[in-house]
Amino acid sequence: MVAEVTFFILSALALGSAVMVITRRNPVHSALWLIVTLFSVGGVFLILRAPFLFAVQIILYVGGIMVLIIFVIMLVSVDVSGRQQQFSRQWLVGLTTVLILAAELGYALYRGSKGFLLARSAPAAALENNTQAIGTALYQNYMLPVEIASILLLVAMVGAVLMAKRKME
Amino acid sequence: MMPIPPTWCVYLGTGLFTIGVIGVLTRRNVIIILMSIELILNAVNINLVAFSRYFGEVDGQIFAIFVITDAAAEAAVGLGLLIALFRNKETVNADEIDLLKW
Repeated sequence: MVAEVTFFILSALALGSAVMVITRRNPVHSALWLIVTLFSVGGVFLILRAPFLFAVQIILYVGGIMVLIIFVIMLVSVDVSGRQQQFSRQWLVGLTTVLILAAELGYALYRGSKGFLLARSAPAAALENNTQAIGTALYQNYMLPVEIASILLLVAMVGAVLMAKRKME
Repeated sequence: MMPIPPTWCVYLGTGLFTIGVIGVLTRRNVIIILMSIELILNAVNINLVAFSRYFGEVDGQIFAIFVITDAAAEAAVGLGLLIALFRNKETVNADEIDLLKW
């Protein structure tokens, strides 16, 4: 009962602040609302028995990516974007397309929601010692993907430095 | 304790995904488009963690970690591109970035 109520509150918070993210004119306000969304999603992770991902969400998303985004907002001067129009020229076409997509997704979920019931019988005990299980899986079964992810991060780092460098000689 | 139904998590993920796609398609500011992409990736993570919970396996959470890694890489490269763009064109407006259009 407590879990259900908490889930509803966190969902409402996540969806509401997500709407605020895409409607604010000032990008700094958007970034602050996005932090609220990320915290709510982290809370949902906690309800779903994923405490390690909750920590990763807060440390990496809120502490890393959001700080990076706010830094870049400071670099590219907010007042320029405050004066121009908020939504793009094709916003009506985009909104219509997305609403059709949402209707399709909602209809498919509504019709197919019985299919999720088979997933329900799993024992909760399998997710005990969450962090230990994730560490074991990462360094045993998912060895190669971890290496590929590290190469991806290296390439992204070099790419970001190259892009943001002042001049190419 | 009975876990919350997986359908609820999928609905939450769908809602976040839809809001993110609306942000990508309708906003002009490139920074907000990048933030909307983060919303979409978070929606994916909710689904992965939810099904990891209901199948009692940890693999979904591993995939969520890889998605977060990709989000970090994407944010770094995207913001680097944005800085380069702002230095050359003095704009963060997606409508004015039309150098490759005819």
